[in-house]
Amino acid sequence: MTPEMKGFLLLSSIKMLIVFTIIMVGVALLTLMERKVSAWMQNRRGPNRVGWAGLLQPAADGLKNILKEETFPALANRNLFLVAPALSFIPALMLSAVIPFAAPLPVDFDFTLGPLGRFVHHGAMPMVVADLPVGFLFVLAVSSMGVYGIALAGWSSNSKYALLGGLRASAQMISYEVAMGLSLIPVLLMSGNASFSSIVAAQQAGLWYVLPLFLSFFIFLISGFAETNRLPFDLPEAESELIAGYHTEYSAMKFSFFFIAEYANVVTVCAMVTTLFFGGWDIPFTDWDRSGSLLATLATWLMFFLKVLFWIFFVMWIRWTLPRFRYDQLMTLGWKVLMPLALAYIMVVCVAIYVIERMLGIVEPRPAALALFGVNLVVGLLVFGVLDSGIFIKGSGRRARVPERRVESARVVG
Amino acid sequence: MTEAVFYFLGACAIVTAALCVLSRSPMAAVLWLVGTMLSLAGIYVLLNAEFVAAIQVLVYAGAVMVLFLFVIMLLNLGSAKSDLRGPSSVAAAVVIAGLLLVELAALWNYSPERLAAEVAQSPAMSDPASIFTAGELARQETAARGVIGGVAAPLFQTYLVPFEITSILLLAAIVGAVVLAKRRI
Repeated sequence: MTPEMKGFLLLSSIKMLIVFTIIMVGVALLTLMERKVSAWMQNRRGPNRVGWAGLLQPAADGLKNILKEETFPALANRNLFLVAPALSFIPALMLSAVIPFAAPLPVDFDFTLGPLGRFVHHGAMPMVVADLPVGFLFVLAVSSMGVYGIALAGWSSNSKYALLGGLRASAQMISYEVAMGLSLIPVLLMSGNASFSSIVAAQQAGLWYVLPLFLSFFIFLISGFAETNRLPFDLPEAESELIAGYHTEYSAMKFSFFFIAEYANVVTVCAMVTTLFFGGWDIPFTDWDRSGSLLATLATWLMFFLKVLFWIFFVMWIRWTLPRFRYDQLMTLGWKVLMPLALAYIMVVCVAIYVIERMLGIVEPRPAALALFGVNLVVGLLVFGVLDSGIFIKGSGRRARVPERRVESARVVG
Repeated sequence: MTEAVFYFLGACAIVTAALCVLSRSPMAAVLWLVGTMLSLAGIYVLLNAEFVAAIQVLVYAGAVMVLFLFVIMLLNLGSAKSDLRGPSSVAAAVVIAGLLLVELAALWNYSPERLAAEVAQSPAMSDPASIFTAGELARQETAARGVIGGVAAPLFQTYLVPFEITSILLLAAIVGAVVLAKRRI
């Protein structure tokens, strides 16, 4: 092994350790945050007994889950029942490996460590565990593996509620994956590259993609909610119909694993929204963040953290604001609204980019993005003003009209 | 190093494929098949085809196999006794296995260079170097056009018409499946 390879391995291991620690501690604190946010929205106090202002509540919950009794349903498929929590947990963690969380940091070292030999690294170190050339395709692929954990948990428990939850989860996640994948194609068209770091660089040169690709952002956000099984799309574990859905039969740490996976998925979706549509670690209105110093790396890391935290708060905000969808509404939204919208939007963006770059000759990233933003204003007005006005898409809040005859017969009886 | 990884992934693919065929429970069979798909995706990465690997996981392991799983869960198939145990089935299995073995023996002496040379002699529609890129050529291609561009260029430029015809064929198949499955639409 060359000294350069060893240096790379050393840095990669350190980065993995850091990312893993941040995700696990972050997920633990997110459970507390969820309870605090819900309490705040419902005018309560939330957990405030363990530690200062309830900060040690996640530790207490973790201890409780480790010490609790592990139960097995009598007729469960024991192997799959054991494997299912791990299958939903592993993809959730794998996703965090590809998202760049700060500006590249120049690292130079050259030292010898006893029998391990010489370690060398020169130049900028990207602050991401693995900057894959296929970038977000990897994220889509791995997140589509997450459905196995849930579906198998539902099936192997051998319980009707769990089975229904698993079925719903697999149907829902396949359906929304389509819209999610299609909504990301305009991002590909804009950046011309699928790797996260080049998407961030393209947004720094132009505009944050939320402006020129607003509809993509909108569709991605909704599909993200559905993919993570969060309210208003938490049909797989709808407690009023299915007890707890796919993890009804799980207890103790195995149940915890599903919980951790859900929150890790929320973190990943929020990080994806931040990276793809809000400039990633980019600090707006300055070029200093790319200067390549320790301070710049720390500042961009903080910026990324704040953006992700906002979106996590947004997810919780939605959870405690909107009621759950009905199952047919969920499927209608996914297949009849979001998918055609995403397809049409791809065509619009294709034509707009062609006209802007080839016919008008605007090739500078920022003016081109601004021109596309102008197109998006029109498209956004059309979609939210005309399409969503209840003529083409029936709103879920609308009541079915009572047939005339029934009203008449009621009058006769009265 | 690369060779060791290749043999590891190849062994994984073969073992999981065998377990898929041998397991009685349909659920277990589907899961072993997912394992095969993932091993194949790993081999694609070794061939510098990251895009194909991602699509392999996304489409086959992530969507097609989930649909299999979905149907098995919906029908609640148990470990049914196999009805492929008669002498005629065994004979068919032996014949198919023999044919595949002969094919494998014929491929024993094949190398990428020979394959590229044969394609160069046949009347091809495009430069064979762009199809069978190995090693350095593949790296140049990736550097010039990106991981996705290397796939997109032959697909949407050289072979655009066959690609469109295939898509129409697939569309016809989808419409046909819907019509057959659902009498009242």
